[in-house]
Parts: sequence; C-alpha cells; structure tokens
Amino acid sequence: MREKNISDDRKKYLRKIRTNKMLVIAVQISILILFIIAWEVLANKGIIDSFIMSKPSRILDTFLNLSSNGLLKHLGVTLTETLIGFVTGVVLGVFIAILLWWSKFLAKVSEPFLVILNSLPKVALGPVIIVWVGAGMGAIITMGIAISLIVTILEILNGFLNTDKELIKMAKTFNASKFQILTKVVIPANISTFFNSLKVNIGLSLVGVITGEFLVSKAGLRLPYSLWRPSI
Amino acid sequence: MKKVLELKNVSKKYQAKNGEIEALKDISFFVNEGEFVSIIGPSGCGKSTLLSIIAGLEPKTEGEIKLEEKIGYMLQRDSLLEWRSIYNNVMFGLEIGHKKTKESEEYAIELLKKYGLYEFKDKYPNQLSGGMRQRVALIRTLAIKPKILLLDEAFSALDYQTRIMVTNDIFKILKNENITALIVTHDISEAISMSDRVIVLTKRPATIKNVHTINFEMENRTPLNCRESPKFSKYFDTIWKELDVHA
Repeated sequence: MREKNISDDRKKYLRKIRTNKMLVIAVQISILILFIIAWEVLANKGIIDSFIMSKPSRILDTFLNLSSNGLLKHLGVTLTETLIGFVTGVVLGVFIAILLWWSKFLAKVSEPFLVILNSLPKVALGPVIIVWVGAGMGAIITMGIAISLIVTILEILNGFLNTDKELIKMAKTFNASKFQILTKVVIPANISTFFNSLKVNIGLSLVGVITGEFLVSKAGLRLPYSLWRPSI
Repeated sequence: MKKVLELKNVSKKYQAKNGEIEALKDISFFVNEGEFVSIIGPSGCGKSTLLSIIAGLEPKTEGEIKLEEKIGYMLQRDSLLEWRSIYNNVMFGLEIGHKKTKESEEYAIELLKKYGLYEFKDKYPNQLSGGMRQRVALIRTLAIKPKILLLDEAFSALDYQTRIMVTNDIFKILKNENITALIVTHDISEAISMSDRVIVLTKRPATIKNVHTINFEMENRTPLNCRESPKFSKYFDTIWKELDVHA
C-alpha cells in the first residue's frame, strides 16, 4: 500500500519496523558466524575431535578441492532430485487432499491407511522401491516423494477441513457450486497452510533424496563422501 | 398487496444418530412486498433453520414454500474474505453467479458510493470497523439485486452501540432500495424497531405462537426514532411475556 501524506509518526513507525527486520537478520548472521568461529577455535584447541567433527577451515579446503573434482555436478544432481521430488510430492499431495476434501466417503475410507502410511518408516521401503523403480534416479526421487507425500496430504487436508464454516455458508447463500467453494474460498483461505507445508516439505524431500542416494546413487551429494556402498 | 413469500405447513425433522429431532412444525405465514417481518423465538428453537430452508440451503420435510422473487441472505458474521479487497468482496456474489458484467459492476460501484464505502474499495476487510464491514456484506448481497432479503441474526456479532446504528443504517438502505426483509433475531427491541410484523415462535419444535402487527403511526419511522415511542415498551412487554424466558 502506498500512502501519500506520511506523518512523522508514521515515518517513525515504518522506520521502527524496518530496523526491527534488519536486527533480526543481523542477529541471525551473527549466530551463524559465532557458531563457525567457535567450531574452528574449539577444534584447534583440541576440545572437540576434528577427526570426527571436522572443522570449518578443513571443510572449506575440501570443498575447494572437490569443486575441481566435480562437486558442483554432484550438488546439481542432488538439487535436481530434491526439486523433482519436492514438486511432485507437493502437486500430488495437494491433488489427493483436494480429492479427499471433495468426497467425505473417500476421506473416511482412507483415514486409517493414511495414518499407518504416515507412521511407516519409509526408509525401510528403500530396497522395495529399488526393485520396483530400478536402481537409479527414479528410485531416489520416489524416496523423496514417499517421505513428503503423506505429510503433505494430511496437513493440507486438515487445513481444508478447518476452513471457516461461515465463509462456506456465505458462499452457499450465493448458490456457489462445490468447485467454486473450493477455488474461491477453501484454497485461498489455506494459502498459509500451503506455505507452511512447503517449508516442512523441502526439508523432508532432501532427507528422502539423501536416503535414496545412500541406497543407489551413482551421482549426487552423498557419493563423494561414501566409504560404504550398498551391497544390493 | 402482493405476497412475495408464502409458507404453508412447513415442517422440518432432522435425522441424527441418536434419534429424530423435530425442529419446525406446521409453520405458515406470508410476507407482502416491501414489508419487514421479524421472526423471534427462544434460542435454539429453529429460527435460523427456517431461513436456511426458505433460502434453499436445507431441504424441508413437509409443506410448501412459494417464493416469487430473488432472495439475498445476510448472516450473523459479515464473512468478508480477508484476502480480497473491499471491491472484490462486493464482487463475490456476482462472480459466483457468473453475472459480472459491466452493468452489474457499475451498479455495485454506485452502491458503494451511495453508502460511503467507495473510498475504501481498495482497502482490505481488516482495515474496516465492524459496522462498515457489515455494510460491505450488505452491498455484496445487494449487488445481485435481490428483492427479498433474509437476515439471520445479522447484527448480533456487533457491540450494542454499533448494532443500533447499523440497524438504523441498514433499515434505511433497504427501504431506499425497496427491498422486502425477513429478519430472524433473538433481540426483542431489534425485532420491534425494524418490522411491520413480528412472528413469535415457541420453543422446539417451533410453531407459530402469535403474530403481532407493529404500528407506530409515525411518519418516516426509523428503528432509532420508534424506540422513543411510548408504544415501543408496550410491544416489548407483550412479546417478552409471550417468549416466556426463564433464566
């Protein structure tokens, strides 16, 4: 919103908001820097074992070395896998959530299955996924999706079902169809749920992809650091 | 006078897991064109259900409803969509009905101007006061050009002073636009101050206990000035006794 005549008080208020925002960022950066310095110093003094925990300067060295050995390629592979897993997981999750919101019957039928699938350790499915999809990028992406999908469905569906009933009733007083209620009330009312779920999901997809890479990778971030190869 | 709405022996039963609930029993009444009719009754007696049935949001079990004109519906809460600007909120009903034409948009803009909301059209609902929000909700309903307006406790979410002012406001707007109103409320003074007739319902299953014709015999009656009439407290007492409220 743009306002034409800004009073001094308003200016002060706006400045305060801006200062506050910068302060948050400054503190965040300071914490990060302090952490790295503390790590380096403690490792140098031998208080933490740099053989197991490594230290920032050594990581930087390795990073620079590996860059010439194709770290960027591996980084790219993992990033691609994560993004594909993430996007597919979200799109599929939202789609299924919409389906379950649409049909109460379907939602009731699928509820126990969703709960069980959600509590299932997906990592344990790894070998099965490899058999199904083949040992390659496909399996890794499937792993990424498997980990994030159910959480997305549950979270988005929960948001949909908790949409303010009064808003839905209001739309109905204008004879809104179910599709209109979905697109004009339920989805816009759940934008924040959607973004929250995105935040959680990008992390989960990465976990899924790294786990997948542990099992099958020929390329990706996990590979250069492996002392261990899957024996499948 | 032309009857725009008529109910004949309308009944409603709800089926629930633990049995059948009879909400409405044998309700018959009519509303003439331009008339303001209030329905009052003890809380939980099924007043709102009655409106929902008239609006077609819920099926009736028995009886007949004759509806001559297009209806609009106003709920207890304004239910403005926070992510839409005031203007886009007003457009909501037109969008839903696929009636968003240049003509209808101009009519909505005219309403916004007439009722002092045009300068707020690009603001968002959370920047407006409760009274203004309710006025926006009214314009959203009026934009689809209803001839009958159903008001379901439309002012009860507002604080007392605002409620009296908003009631007055909306009364004038509705008279101005020549709209017939059917008002559900639990507030006796609101019912008396706004309507030409007050229908009193019994507790569940709701039947019609009595119908009072309200006539203040004054020119330019508004909800605010009729409260000063000596007749006001007389009506109030009669209806109060009929409602038979026990704490």
